[in-house]
Formats: sequence, structure tokens, C-alpha cells
Amino acid sequence: MKIGLFIPCYIDAFYPNAGVATLELLEKLGQAVEYPMEQTCCGQPMANSGCNRDAASAEALFVKLFAKYDAIVMPSGSCTHHVRDNFDAIPQTDEVRHVRENTFELVEFLHDVLKVDNFPWAEFPHKVGLHNSCGTLRALRTASMSELGEPFFSKPMDLLSKVKGISFAHPKRPDECCGFGGTFSVTEEAVSAKMGVDKVTDHHKAGAEYIVSADTSCMMHQQGCAERAGVPIRFIHIAEILNGARE
Amino acid sequence: MKVKPVNHAKAAEEFIEDVAHESFHDERLWDLRQKRDEQMHILPEWQELRTRASQIKEHTLANLPEYLEQFEANAKKNGIHVHWAADGAEHNRIVGEILEKHGAKSLIKSKSMVTEECQMREYLEPRGVTVTETDLGERIQQLDNQMPSHIVVPAVHKLIPDVAKIFAEHYHTDPNDNSAQSLAWQQRLAARPVILSADAGMTGGNFVVAETGSFVVCTNEGNADLSATVPGLHIATIGIERLVPRMADMGVFIRLLSRSALGSPITQYTTHFRGPQKGSEMHVVLVDNGRSHRLGMQDFWTSLKCIRCGACMNTCPVYRRSGGLSYGAVYSGPIGAIIDPTFNERKYSTLPFASTMNGSCTNVCPVKINIHEQLYKWRRVLAEHHELPFVKREIMHMAGKLMGQPKLYRAAINGTEVALSTMPRFVLYNWLNPWGKHRELPHPVKTTFNSWYKKNRLNKQKEGEKA
Repeated sequence: MKIGLFIPCYIDAFYPNAGVATLELLEKLGQAVEYPMEQTCCGQPMANSGCNRDAASAEALFVKLFAKYDAIVMPSGSCTHHVRDNFDAIPQTDEVRHVRENTFELVEFLHDVLKVDNFPWAEFPHKVGLHNSCGTLRALRTASMSELGEPFFSKPMDLLSKVKGISFAHPKRPDECCGFGGTFSVTEEAVSAKMGVDKVTDHHKAGAEYIVSADTSCMMHQQGCAERAGVPIRFIHIAEILNGARE
Repeated sequence: MKVKPVNHAKAAEEFIEDVAHESFHDERLWDLRQKRDEQMHILPEWQELRTRASQIKEHTLANLPEYLEQFEANAKKNGIHVHWAADGAEHNRIVGEILEKHGAKSLIKSKSMVTEECQMREYLEPRGVTVTETDLGERIQQLDNQMPSHIVVPAVHKLIPDVAKIFAEHYHTDPNDNSAQSLAWQQRLAARPVILSADAGMTGGNFVVAETGSFVVCTNEGNADLSATVPGLHIATIGIERLVPRMADMGVFIRLLSRSALGSPITQYTTHFRGPQKGSEMHVVLVDNGRSHRLGMQDFWTSLKCIRCGACMNTCPVYRRSGGLSYGAVYSGPIGAIIDPTFNERKYSTLPFASTMNGSCTNVCPVKINIHEQLYKWRRVLAEHHELPFVKREIMHMAGKLMGQPKLYRAAINGTEVALSTMPRFVLYNWLNPWGKHRELPHPVKTTFNSWYKKNRLNKQKEGEKA
């Protein structure tokens, strides 16, 4: 299986470690991974703002670069959600359909496709609060949501549970949105920041040393809120823990 | 003159600045959401009920004309006068005429979102009719001259001292009264004489049953029953989407309504009105006011399934932190954000953006309205209809172009680009500036992932090939 690695723009620019961890982890698991150098963006920011036509060139480039891979993997729930569920600014050719059907968020790829049951190199002796982004929770459905009252399941927690020494904090509102919301974070700044502070405070009060998530965009926002509000909590992408990060 | 779009962001910011009100509001509504969850867990058939309710509503809406006519015929047989109002103005005129015919000068009413939509009080009062709300929360809002901020708990954004102040002003009670119980008692003392002497009563209707020609009103205060039965003239104002075909369907909806709304198994009062009492009159005014138009909207017609439980508001993290009044509309919260633009696209163009599209609303909705997907679709519609702020539109256009050009994009990320666009830089930075108001920026990094990959994979590969 040939894997194309997509690294979202904000990970590329601000959180390269999450990207490196994703790549190294997939390589450790014996996968052949390529990162097409010309990649930019999946088109989500434009599409989510209603400007779907403006997403067309990003989507076209994405398909051009990734159509040749058997699977496209990305350490981002919201980008995966966009490609899989909303990627329709360009004509839906066979190539486009192939890309949409074979795009995976990292956790679901590890859990459902590779079915990894061991990360022998990983040890993280810390109490972590898991943040499921709304994209992973309610669109990709990688964990059960409290709204539906369904039996508990959590793919990210399944994976993290295989890490030595890790323990979990239990925030009061685990499924509450953190308030990032893309351009919402600037157009609705006050609500966004309040939600962010409430979110990190909830995790901190539950005893979390780290917030871990499969979505860096949520954490970029939460980290900004935590630092400004003086909430002592750290942030780490799930790929980094699974890849064996220590501190 | 062009209407200005509602400034939800600003109103929300002001709401958040008042810490006591905001945190009470958030906690109180979150508590309702949790109580709703408890009720859901008690019923193993919860998801089946939601599916059934959704199917019944979709079936009814798909056959609305037939069911409306069936209701009209059966209601008339029951002795109910049935009226049809195409819009708010016609509704108000009809109600005004009924009251005039009876020489009615005082009207008591229970809570009805449709009368808010029609701005009925504003129409009747200058014509010499005193309108008194009998629902406690709605009465507080009436005295304070505000719209309801929530469709089930209309004054939930207020604290006890706020109410004490309003009552002191209007009822001359103790402005420092800090007891909810005693304030409720004051309202009772003030309301009872008005109810007993009223010339006419008005209710809304939660459900209208076609096969029986009857309608159902659900309240917790019993005020609708007083409003309907005491004066001897009962007018019920009901939206045409409130129909269900059969009485048996009520078994589904009554089980869902109060559990979704307040997390209680049922409302204290669930009253079926089937016809006038002896010697009195009953009128039903069926209101369209844009509903037929909405029914014809491919992507948005299912919003008419709404049973006005407010569960989407209680769960909405944005609504809880911004308060219902920040939406500047009769309907607030997630359901409001998808309904309001059908009344006025420009005025409510900001509301579908007052959401993170987290999808919690859709998953608590008892009739399975895909609210967050409709929010997403509204954004497209509004962009296509040029209802986005100019700067945002331009930024998205510019970003879209940039994302299609790898070299230019890479130069921009590396900060070495010469000319990003025709848009002046300060415009772009001004737009992004709010990020830093309550948040730090991401920490600078030594290298992008792209450069790291080039150095640690591509170049090493090349070195390997050379060696």
C-alpha cells in the first residue's frame, strides 16, 4: 500500500513536530509513505466560510497530487471530514471519488485499517485529557458521542491505552466544542475565546497535565487561550505520544 | 434603505463581559442538557422515537395541504372557527377583528412564538387592547420590553435580582427580594385578577391533530389552561407546520417534547382542546408567514419539522455563551440560525456563521433536523447571494487562489513572498487581529514540516542514491 501523507497548513507552519511524528510513526509501522512537496490545503477554510467556489483550485491541486496513492492519511479530523464529506467544489470524476473514499484521519487509519495493537516504543507517564474535535467525534465518528446515548467507544483512547504509563483525566464536558471553528475564531472572537478557556479549565480541573488531540487546530486555539489565561496545561498531538514522545 | 445584518459577535461579547450572567446562563442550560441525557438513558427506544417522530413530520409536511384541509373540516365539525393567515399582518388583522366583534379590550395569553413572529402585541396595543402574558418568563420579558431569549425558558438570561428590579418597577414589590418563590408569588398575585377579568384568552398550540380536528397545548404553569378557559373566548394561533395526522402520533411526540426540552418526562399540563366550552367560542388561526416558501426550499424544508423544544439551544456551546438576545431575532440558537434567514436573508446573514458547526444540535434534535448541515448550506447560499462581509469574501477569494499555486503558497508560508495579493496587508492583519485579544499566537518554530521533509527525507534519499 502506497500512502500519501497530507500535512495541513497550520501543522506545516506552526506544529511541524506533529507532522514529523505522523510520518515517523507510519514508517515505524512499516508503511511506505510519501509527502508530495507541492501540497497546500484541502480547501476547508474557503468551503466552511461559504465560499465554495474559492475552494476549487485547492481541491483540484489536492486531487492532482494525491490521486496516485492507495491511501491518503492526515493528522487532522477536520481536513479529513472536508475531503470525505464536503469536497465538491470540483467535478466529481473517478479520480476525485478515489481520493475522497481513501482519505483517512490518522487515528482511524491506525485503528481501522492497520489495526495496530501495540506501540512498544511508546511510554507517556502522564495524566492526559483527551480532546475529540467535533470533526472526529460527530463527523468521522471515531468516538461515541454523549448526545446519542450510545455504548461507549473511543478509537483514540483505544490507541492511547496501549501506551505505557499513561492515565486519563475525565473532564466534566468531554464532548463540548472548544470554540475554534476555523474563521469563527476571529469573527466570533469573544465566544470562541470563552469556549476555549472553559475547555482548558475543565481539563485542568480534572487533573490533566496534557491535552492530547488528533486535531492540532483545536489545540492551537486552546493553547493560545490557556497561555493567556494562565491555565498551566500542555498540549501534544496524539501522533507524538504514539510515536514515543517522552516530554 | 438596506437592512443592517445583526451583529451577533458584538452582542455576544457584551453578554460574556457580564461574568455572573454568562456563567449562570451556561450552567443552567447545560444542566437542562444533562437532565435531557438522563431521560434519554431511561428510554431504550429513544433513537427509535426520534426516527419515528422525524418520519411522521416529514410525511405530514410532504402532504401538508391534505392534512390541513382534513383538520379544518374536523375542527369545524367540533364547532371551532378556523381562519387562515398568509402572513403576520393578516394574522393580526384576524385576531383584531375577532376581539372587536366581542368587544374584547383585555387579552390574556400563554406563550406563543408565532405571535412573537407576527408582532401581535405591537399591533393590538395601539388599538386599545391590553395584552397580558401569563407565562412567568414571558411576562418578565414583556415587562422588560424584550423578546424571549429562549423558546422554552424565555427569561433564562436573567438572574433573580433582575426580576426583582422589574417587578419592583411594575408591581411595586421589594426591589431586593432575593427569593424566586416569593417573586413567583408576586407574579401570581398580579396575574390572577387580570386573568379573572379578561375578555379573551389566547394560546398557541404545540400540536394540531388532523384526524380529530383538535390541538394540544403543553405548559408547566397551567397558564395556558387559564388563558383558554376563563374568559369564554379562546383564540389559538398556530403555525401550519404543527400538524400531525393521527392522535396516536401524540404518543411519540409527547414522550419526546418535554424530555428534550427540560429533561422532565412530561409537561405538568398537556391539554387537548377539541371544541369550545358551552356558551363560548373557540377560534384557530393557522399561520403561514413564510412557511410555504420554506417548504419549497430543497435544503431547508426539514427545518419545519421543529417542535420548538429548545434542546438545540441548551446543547449549543455558542448559544449558552452568547445569550438568546444576541441573535436579534424571534428564533435564536441553532434552529433560529437556520430559520431566521428565510424571513430576511440580509438581516440574519450573520447567524449561520454564529456557529462552530460542531453538530451537537443535530444529535439532540428529537425530530432529527440536520441543523449543522443546514448551517453549512446556508453559508454557501449567503456567499452566493453576496451576503458576506466584503473583507471576508476577499480574503477567502485570495486564499483560494493562493492555495492553488504551490510556489506562491510556499513563499507565503516562508514569509518570502513579494506580493500576496492586491489586498493591502493591513486589511488582512486587521481581520486576523482579534485572534490575539484573548489568546496567544502559536510559538514560532525553526522549520516548517515541508523544509524538514526536504532535509531529512528527500535530500537523504538523494545522498543515498549518490553513495
